[in-house]
Amino acid sequence: MPSIKLKNISNYICQNINLEVIDRELLVLLGANGAGKSTLLNIIAGLIDYKGTVFFGSKPVDKLTVNKRRIGYLFQDLYLFPHLDVASNIAYALRIQSKMTEEIKLRVKELLRMLKIEHLSYRYPKELSGGEKQRVALARALALSPEVLLLDEPLSSLDVQSSKYLRTELKQLQRKLGITTIYVTHNLTEAEEMADRIAIIEKGNIEQIGKAEEIFFSPKDKKVSEFIGAPNILNCDDCHILGRGIVEVNCGGLSVIVYDKGRRIKKIALLPRDIYVSEIKPPGHTNVNRFKGTITDINIISEIVRLKIKVGKNNLLAELPYHIFEGMNLQIGTEVFLILKLRKIKAL
Amino acid sequence: MKAFQKLKLGWGIIPVAIFLGLWEIIVRLNLIPGHFFFPPFSVVVGEFYYLTVNGVLGHNFLSSLIRVLIGFSTGSVAGLFMGIIMGWNRVTDKALSPIISLIYPIPALGWLPLLMLWLGIGEILPITIIFICSFFPILYNTATGIKTVDKHYIQVAKSLGASDGKILTTVVIPLALPNIFTGLKLESGMAWRVIIAAEMVAIPTGIGALMMKAESLMRIDIIIVCLIVLSLMCFLFERVFIFLEVKLTGRWR
Repeated sequence: MPSIKLKNISNYICQNINLEVIDRELLVLLGANGAGKSTLLNIIAGLIDYKGTVFFGSKPVDKLTVNKRRIGYLFQDLYLFPHLDVASNIAYALRIQSKMTEEIKLRVKELLRMLKIEHLSYRYPKELSGGEKQRVALARALALSPEVLLLDEPLSSLDVQSSKYLRTELKQLQRKLGITTIYVTHNLTEAEEMADRIAIIEKGNIEQIGKAEEIFFSPKDKKVSEFIGAPNILNCDDCHILGRGIVEVNCGGLSVIVYDKGRRIKKIALLPRDIYVSEIKPPGHTNVNRFKGTITDINIISEIVRLKIKVGKNNLLAELPYHIFEGMNLQIGTEVFLILKLRKIKAL
Repeated sequence: MKAFQKLKLGWGIIPVAIFLGLWEIIVRLNLIPGHFFFPPFSVVVGEFYYLTVNGVLGHNFLSSLIRVLIGFSTGSVAGLFMGIIMGWNRVTDKALSPIISLIYPIPALGWLPLLMLWLGIGEILPITIIFICSFFPILYNTATGIKTVDKHYIQVAKSLGASDGKILTTVVIPLALPNIFTGLKLESGMAWRVIIAAEMVAIPTGIGALMMKAESLMRIDIIIVCLIVLSLMCFLFERVFIFLEVKLTGRWR
């Protein structure tokens, strides 16, 4: 599969973008709404005008129309053809290429099996659930064995559980097929779980590219750190190696257990979304990484809410999805219980 | 299930049967003043039978039917063809839209005096009227249907390798079918209404002409027979297109 290289790409939103997606890589394009994520995908697909050069491998594809670029494009709202049943939707690209009927049948069968939707073959899109539609749309996009796969927030319309389940499958499938893929999302968790690398896009500019860990724990500047939610970094005064890969550190009066290979830890980092916040004392007898704190600030940023919580001498930043925040009665001054997710604490 | 369907059909027939029964009873009991102008249903049925047996109804009906079939089918095909071109091609749309917008509001019968002078009284006259009556609304509905297809479907088809021609035939026209059928359903009935009016005014044969002759002979029963035939044909033509619409789009809409 070819790499994707963008050289000096500009249009009404994108500003001089240079980006390379390595062969067989899954790059997540992460940004807020209106950042230019979908526009960049449309440029790569050849659906909109732009200046600059798009390469698939070493070959510039700017002169190729969208139907000649050999891409698989999964649109945000999927747009399954409502007048065709599942099998015909998947077969669409193959029929367009005038493939032999037998060849079409075999390929459709293979894709139905690969995406576990054999039982849906004769159903129409209106008879499918959200998750089923996603699978059909993906099978349709893969029908012609594209060299490049572009996924535009494909799971945004699904409930949390289905989205999580499909994410895992999608990632496995991408690995198996080895297609160079760009996956657009505004969801940090989705980005972290899916990405080989993440590119942060903001106002048509690529702000930072790197592995999830680099992005989340070493944001390049304030803009990136504001978008991803800067990690909590706590200085450690004391450190006890407990053995078996477990270390106990003392951070401003908080005793925190961390997985580590047994070195002296000076700092620990934890992303705001990796702190559980609860109004009531969490069940269980353990006190490991469980603390009590007071909310000192509440910041609502569209779909997420960031809480500043004073715990001992430390100020921690925690993050909640807005719909969960709505169901709680949290105000400045409210006492809350925190659990720091053990596996997400990074020793620096 | 079948029993249920039969029951549903029965429910449809019952009100009609009651209406016809009341009609017969009210007229037979002389409950309407001037009942001469309102023959009982049984007399209308008798006249229907008589006109059918002696061939008068068949001859006139066939004349109207042929005109409607030729005028409507040519008008629809031309309207569909032009509607697809105008809906799909922006340049053609911009070039033709002003002319179409000017001509479209003119009622089909409004053309009659002009066409009588241009074409003379003959078979071509009612066929042309029906052509005009069908052409513009079907063109309009088809063009609207094509234009309102969500552009994302076109982008998806392009990303799947389809050429413009393939996109038109495999995505856009099928998705525009509901709109196209709206036009066809309305105009199939309208074609009958217009042919009757045209035959009344300018053509010596056909159901409309038969009604005018009956009027001059004060034969209310024949007029009612003609109206029933007209009603049945409008209903039947619309039903044919409803059937086709359900067949072609019912599963996915």
